[in-house]
Amino acid sequence: MQSTTRQFKDNARAALNDATLRQPLQKLKVGFRVRRAQAAEKLPEFETLRDQGRDLKNHVLENLDFYLETFATAVEASGGVVHWARDAAEAREIVLSICRDHNARTVTKGKSMISEEIGLNAYLADHDITPVETDLGEYIIQLRNEPPSHIIAPAIHVQKEMVADAFRATHTHLPADRPLSEPRQLLDEARAVLRDKFLAADVGITGANFLIAETGSTVIVTNEGNGDLTQLLPKVHVVLASLEKIVPTLEDAALLLRLLARSATGQEASSYTSFSTGPRRPGDPDGPEHFHVVLLDNGRSRLLGTEFEEMLRCIRCGACMNHCPVYGAIGGHAYGWVYPGPIGSVLTPALIGIEEAAPLPNASTLCGRCEAVCPMRIPLPKLLRHWREQEFSRHLPPGRTRLGLRVYRWFATRPALWRLATRAAALGLRMMGRKTGFLTRLPFAEDWTRHRVMPVPQGQTFMARYRAETDTPEI
Amino acid sequence: MPQAPFPTKAASQPHVGLFVTCLADVYRPGVGFASLKLLKQAGCRVSVPDAQTCCGQPAWNSGDRPTTQAIAKATIAAFETFDYVVLPSGSCGGMLRDYPAVLDGDAHWQGRATALAEKTWELTSFLADVMRFEGISARLDGAVAYHDSCTGLRRLKIKAQPRALLAQVKGLTVRDLPNPEECCGFGGTFCVKYGDISNQMVSDKVADILATGADTLLAGDVGCLLNMAGKLKKIGSPVKVRHVAEVLADMADQPAIGEAEGPR
Repeated sequence: MQSTTRQFKDNARAALNDATLRQPLQKLKVGFRVRRAQAAEKLPEFETLRDQGRDLKNHVLENLDFYLETFATAVEASGGVVHWARDAAEAREIVLSICRDHNARTVTKGKSMISEEIGLNAYLADHDITPVETDLGEYIIQLRNEPPSHIIAPAIHVQKEMVADAFRATHTHLPADRPLSEPRQLLDEARAVLRDKFLAADVGITGANFLIAETGSTVIVTNEGNGDLTQLLPKVHVVLASLEKIVPTLEDAALLLRLLARSATGQEASSYTSFSTGPRRPGDPDGPEHFHVVLLDNGRSRLLGTEFEEMLRCIRCGACMNHCPVYGAIGGHAYGWVYPGPIGSVLTPALIGIEEAAPLPNASTLCGRCEAVCPMRIPLPKLLRHWREQEFSRHLPPGRTRLGLRVYRWFATRPALWRLATRAAALGLRMMGRKTGFLTRLPFAEDWTRHRVMPVPQGQTFMARYRAETDTPEI
Repeated sequence: MPQAPFPTKAASQPHVGLFVTCLADVYRPGVGFASLKLLKQAGCRVSVPDAQTCCGQPAWNSGDRPTTQAIAKATIAAFETFDYVVLPSGSCGGMLRDYPAVLDGDAHWQGRATALAEKTWELTSFLADVMRFEGISARLDGAVAYHDSCTGLRRLKIKAQPRALLAQVKGLTVRDLPNPEECCGFGGTFCVKYGDISNQMVSDKVADILATGADTLLAGDVGCLLNMAGKLKKIGSPVKVRHVAEVLADMADQPAIGEAEGPR
């Protein structure tokens, strides 16, 4: 997927001016946040599970090669095929060649962020294979020709009237006067259209929430059941997953599943948790004839052993973005690539390069709410700060910022001069704004005064008054 | 975390180094005097080292580790002789607690940084948790909304302490904000680097403040207060904005943040 992350500021401004975004973002704040808090509250061991989840993933990352090989062996033992993709291009080619081997014309897809990451839909379409997204949210944004704005609620930014417009524009074989004002009507229409696609598809492609090393199984959670139909009906099932999705055992997957749904939607478990292990065996009532797993690296293994390794604990629940005040203000598209919110601001620079993603680590107040809710206890603010350090050492911040920091350092390490400068600033600002107590305009501070007034200081600095009043010698 | 699980009352008359913080020093000296008064009321001997400047947060959050290290070393040298370092700010207090991470890799300085971090406290948590101070002697008639600043709330676990102290203020009712854990949008340089996003955040916060119907807004960080006061005054709101120390020290008779001197 092409990134527009360099234009983050412009993207954010456009999002802030988009009146249709305010209502969905408000709903997100009250919905997901309240439900997560209630779910965590109801489970006495929730905090302990978070510790166990963190430790489990740390163990996996320390032994990633071992568990990946174990997984690959188990997949092959169950009759499946494992493909290793170093980058997005390799992953796309692998999927295309599987589709071509089976003369596929259409593929159905269960929600996969990896598919977004490698830009699979456009690539397949360019090669005369029609991809059909089957998750309702993904289907909506596919019709609207846009990327997801949230990792678990891809169409969170789309109001229902906009969904109706998208359906009328694309489902042209249906009566023009059918009612599409209620969510139920929209759902029924999507279901009716998708049902035929499920039956016609030659290949089904899903993501994976977890890969289980001991059994070679892949796990996907959905609330719509579309994952099951995608992976069971076509004769070929392709699982797209990134390396770090691996867990050692079924029990380990159970631990993370308990954390995932609660952190994501506040559910105890998602409506469907589907396990796939190899192709259909003799006597199985259903299932695909061929089972492929494409394991994508795309820069992740580079993070091992670095300060960003902790990012690979992420289980993609979306809690960080649900609780992020910046995401809550601008939504997901402004981030300009696949993964929005705090996780995106750490992961995007790692995957597409810090030069390309430079604005993201800075677009945070470091308020820490993401870390507070992350089920895997990823220290997101610390990782954002690590990216800022990398930017600084690579001279990426603008000259004005760097000059400002040099001036700041010069004064801050010279207390006597610092006193003079702060006294001058306090008195100067005071004189300028004595009448009202604030300034509506201030040179070099337009970015502040555009939206707020600048309260003026009380007059003398504390240090000046304190020395004068107490007449004590300086320590 | 240096915070003791079961804080005990400190040794009698501990010697406290007051780190006024640069924003309070310049914008709100009254906060410094209120802190002095409260610490003395609580039985502390208080000194204000002249070598203090800024905690280094602007550099730390800009990724400038060398500058942060230089400032951290100077701050450690200025404050390490005291029994405690107290700051009227959760944000700057969190910064001092970060010094061991700032000086990671320098064994000598990291040891000194850790020692300093372990005796660094934000003002209200120091009064409530360390000094077990219950002698607040103040009056303010009216309802206040209390904003929990992010670093204080999540990093230093400050939530009950200011409320316990405010409960001793006569005539005062404390109201919680809707969305109490939401950042106000200040974030140091964030508020000017990403002014439009910050504006959306502070606008939402101001709506929550107004929804409480309180006539005063309190918080424990001058940065957040300047941001919220700046927005409240911009829209012409009469809500007064003060640092919590001013109220606790019974020094809320001076003009509120962003207000002029004059007849009241």
